[in-house]
Amino acid sequence: MRIILFAKRNIKEILRDPINLFFGLGFPLILLVLLSVINASIPPEANNPMFSIENLAPGLAMFGTAFMALFTGMLVSKDRTSSFLMRLFASPMTSFDFILGYTLPMLVMSLAQAAITLLASCIAGLELTGNLLLAILVTMLTSLLFVGFGLLFGSLLNDKAVGGICGALLTNVAGWLSGVFIPIDLIGGAFKKAAEILPFYHSVQAIKATLDGNFVEILPHLIIVLGYTIVIFILAIIVFHRRMSGDKA
Amino acid sequence: MNAITITNLSKKYGGFTAVDNLNLTIEQGELFALLGINGAGKTTTIKMLSCLIKPTSGNAVLLGDSVREHPQAVKEKINISPQETAVAANLSVIENLELTAGIYGQDIKTAKEMTEEMVSQFGLDGVRNKKAKQLSGGMQRRLSIAMALISNPQVLFLDEPTLGLDVLARRELWASIQALKGKVTIVLTTHYLEEVEALSDRIGIMANGKLAAVGTVAELTEQTGTNKLEDAFVVLSGGAV
Repeated sequence: MRIILFAKRNIKEILRDPINLFFGLGFPLILLVLLSVINASIPPEANNPMFSIENLAPGLAMFGTAFMALFTGMLVSKDRTSSFLMRLFASPMTSFDFILGYTLPMLVMSLAQAAITLLASCIAGLELTGNLLLAILVTMLTSLLFVGFGLLFGSLLNDKAVGGICGALLTNVAGWLSGVFIPIDLIGGAFKKAAEILPFYHSVQAIKATLDGNFVEILPHLIIVLGYTIVIFILAIIVFHRRMSGDKA
Repeated sequence: MNAITITNLSKKYGGFTAVDNLNLTIEQGELFALLGINGAGKTTTIKMLSCLIKPTSGNAVLLGDSVREHPQAVKEKINISPQETAVAANLSVIENLELTAGIYGQDIKTAKEMTEEMVSQFGLDGVRNKKAKQLSGGMQRRLSIAMALISNPQVLFLDEPTLGLDVLARRELWASIQALKGKVTIVLTTHYLEEVEALSDRIGIMANGKLAAVGTVAELTEQTGTNKLEDAFVVLSGGAV
C-alpha cells in the first residue's frame, strides 16, 4: 500500500514537469525523425545501414530510457535536499518501500516510452510483429540500469550535480558507446572493446535481437546488462540505506 | 505519565560531540521548547528522538518504545515538521495531506476525512487544489504542520516551525499550535523567545551539546537572577547580559 502511494506520488511529480515529458516521451521521437531524414539522404550505393530503421529503433528505445537516470536522480536528490525525504524517513516507511516506490514509476515510464518509440518506428518502416511487444519488455528490463544510476547519484549528489552527471555525462556515454549515433562495428579497435565492456551496447543488441526474432542472442547480452544493473542497485541501496539511518554516505 | 524519557543520550561525529549525555523527561501533553544557539544540538536531539539518526550512546524511550530497539514502533506514534517545509512540490495541498495519511496506514475514507479536518483546522481551504510549490511561505508552513498532524501523532516534533514567517503568519501558527496543547506532546525548537514564552510549558536550554537548564520561564529567570527569558537564555548559553 505504502509503495503504491509513494509510487503514485513519484509519477505525478515527474509527469507534472513539462521538461520531463519532453525528454521522456518527445525527444526520442524527434531523434527518430531527424535520423530517419539523414538515413533517407544517404545514397543506396553507400551501402550504410547504420540509420536504417531496424538499427535505429532499438538504439533509440534504449537511448530514451537513459533519461530515467536523470528523472530518478533529480527526484531523489530534490526530495533529499528539500527535507521531504526526512519527513518520510521519520514515518513507518521502510527502505524497501522507498526503493520500489522510486523504481516502479520509472518502469511504467520506460514501458510507455519504449512503446511510443517502437510504434513510431513502425510508422517509419519497422515491421510490426509480435516481437515488438517482447522488445518493449526487454527495453523496460534494460532501463533498470538507468534507474539504478539515478537512485545512486540522487542519494549522493545535489540536483545540479545529478543534472550534470545523469543528464549530460551518462546520456552522452550511453548514446556514443551504444552504437546509436556512430557505427561501433565499423570503428572497431579500442572503441569497440570499450563499448563491449560497458552495458549500453549490450542493451541495444538485446532489444535488436528481440525485434529481429533472434531469441538465442537476447540472453547473452541481457546477462551483461543485468549484471551491471545488480551491482549498481546494490550500491544504490547501500548508499540510500546509509542516508536513511542518518550516516554520511 | 512521561511521553519521553531520555537517558544519557549522546551523538558524536568523529571527534565532535553534537549531543553530550542528555537526560530529560517530557510529560504527555506537555509543550516542551528546546532552545539553544546554532549548533547547540537541538536539531540533532530531535533527529535522534524521531529515529532519523542513531544515538552514539544512551537511549530515549517514547511512550514505552526505545528509539534504539524499536524505532519502527516509535515511528508509528510520532510525526515531524522539519526545519524546511518538506512538502511534495508538484502535489496539491489535498494530495500532500492524503499521501501522508496513507503512508501512516489510514484507509482512503479515513485519509479523506482527516484531510478535510486538517484543511479546515489550518485554513487551507482556499488553496486546497493548488500545488505546494505555488503556495506562500506561510501557507507551506501550515501545510507542513498539517502533514505532521494528519497521522494523529502522540508526539509531535516541530523544528523551527515559524522560521521565515511574517508576524501575522507566525501568530496564526501560534494559535494552531496552542490548540494542540494538552492533546499532543510537542517538542518545539525555535530561535524566537517570544514564541517560547507564548507557547511552552517548560523550556530546555542547550549549549555545546549539553542541557544547561530546564524549567519554566519563571524558574529560569530566577535561577539566573535575570528579569526576562532573553537574559536568562544569554546567561545559560554562555553569553554576557
